[in-house]
Amino acid sequence: MIMSRSKAPEREDIEALLPWHAAGTLSRRDAERVEQALSQDAELARQFELVREEMAETIHLNETLGAPSSRAAQRLFAAIEAEDNPGTTHRSMSFNFSAWTTNLIEQLSPRTLAWSAAAAAVAIFVQAGVLAGLLLTTEYGGGSSYQTASYNEPAPVTRGISVPGASAPGAFALMRFNPAASAADITRFFDSHKASVVDGPRAGGLYRIRVGANALPNDELAKIVARMAEEKNVVAFIVPAQ
Amino acid sequence: MQATTDEALISRIAGGDRLAMQVLYARHHVRVYRFVLRLVGNASVAEDLISDVFLDVWRQAGKFESRSAASTWLLAIARFKALSMLRRKPEEELDEETAGAIEDPADDPELAVQKKDKGEVLRKCLSALSSDHREIIDLVYYHEKSVEEVAGLIGIPEATVKTRMFYARKKLSELLKAAGVDRGWP
Repeated sequence: MIMSRSKAPEREDIEALLPWHAAGTLSRRDAERVEQALSQDAELARQFELVREEMAETIHLNETLGAPSSRAAQRLFAAIEAEDNPGTTHRSMSFNFSAWTTNLIEQLSPRTLAWSAAAAAVAIFVQAGVLAGLLLTTEYGGGSSYQTASYNEPAPVTRGISVPGASAPGAFALMRFNPAASAADITRFFDSHKASVVDGPRAGGLYRIRVGANALPNDELAKIVARMAEEKNVVAFIVPAQ
Repeated sequence: MQATTDEALISRIAGGDRLAMQVLYARHHVRVYRFVLRLVGNASVAEDLISDVFLDVWRQAGKFESRSAASTWLLAIARFKALSMLRRKPEEELDEETAGAIEDPADDPELAVQKKDKGEVLRKCLSALSSDHREIIDLVYYHEKSVEEVAGLIGIPEATVKTRMFYARKKLSELLKAAGVDRGWP
């Protein structure tokens, strides 16, 4: 009885490994264990035949699913072509601004036209900046807010990537996108908050966004930023930028 | 002459080599497509998704660490994209699409039994499994993934992988029995 009890888990274990043995994906040690058990246990060997039968039909079923049309390849390589000069540094960023913009344009609606155009302009400028080998540093102010090279006058032009309009009047924030945010989520986010990207990405993947057409009192700006911060599916980090 | 390994191709892709991208696509796109098609049940959607999968490879190649096989990495990206898409789409719409893509209403398992085609019954029953069970059976039998690879791909412990596979096979036997094929197991 004790022996049968101790044998049962071993047999169950072997039984569970049969599908992987049939597929040839077991380690040598496990494969030898299964082979040995199969040679001594007729019922297990019969089960193994059932497994092989299942495997054969699974392969048959999958092989009859066909292959994708050339449309899939065309779509892929057109998208790759559209990626402007993809360098390693550019594509290893956790948030790929160019890719994001490409996706965004695909989903463009009339309502988001103005914002999308601004994003495209930023993408072009960012890539020019990457090619020029410019490095960004984020400066922390004495208080709780960030001070950005492009916003605080006078700032050396080479310290940051800036775009036309970045120093225009308005209320601003610095934000980092949630890497899992989809293009649709981001579009909705900017649409609902009437916000737009004006600059970035900066060090740490930060973007400068305009959240109001005119400068706002600190408390009002803080409220807007707090509302935006609630949208965690899009916002990983956000602070007011004065 | 030895073919360039997937890992070497991915390394070249990280450097912006489009030819390497074409080779990797040619090697893997059919299997990735079939994996995605079995998950989403719609050929057009599956085609769009594999374009997205390989576009992610193009963009993220520098992050590939060779801890898993390239094919496992591709399937993991594909799975993530397929499940994200399934979550976004209304359930009823997908059910109709899945049924339309996989099930043949004119030829059910019982009818296949009458035709005495056991293989066809088995394939019908494989298609009738739940998506979790279908997925693990495909990964083990067709995509030849080890216990460890399936665990990493699906994000479950290795013991759960074995258990899930066991129950998928058990359910398959039950469906076969209901269709008139008694395999005497379990």
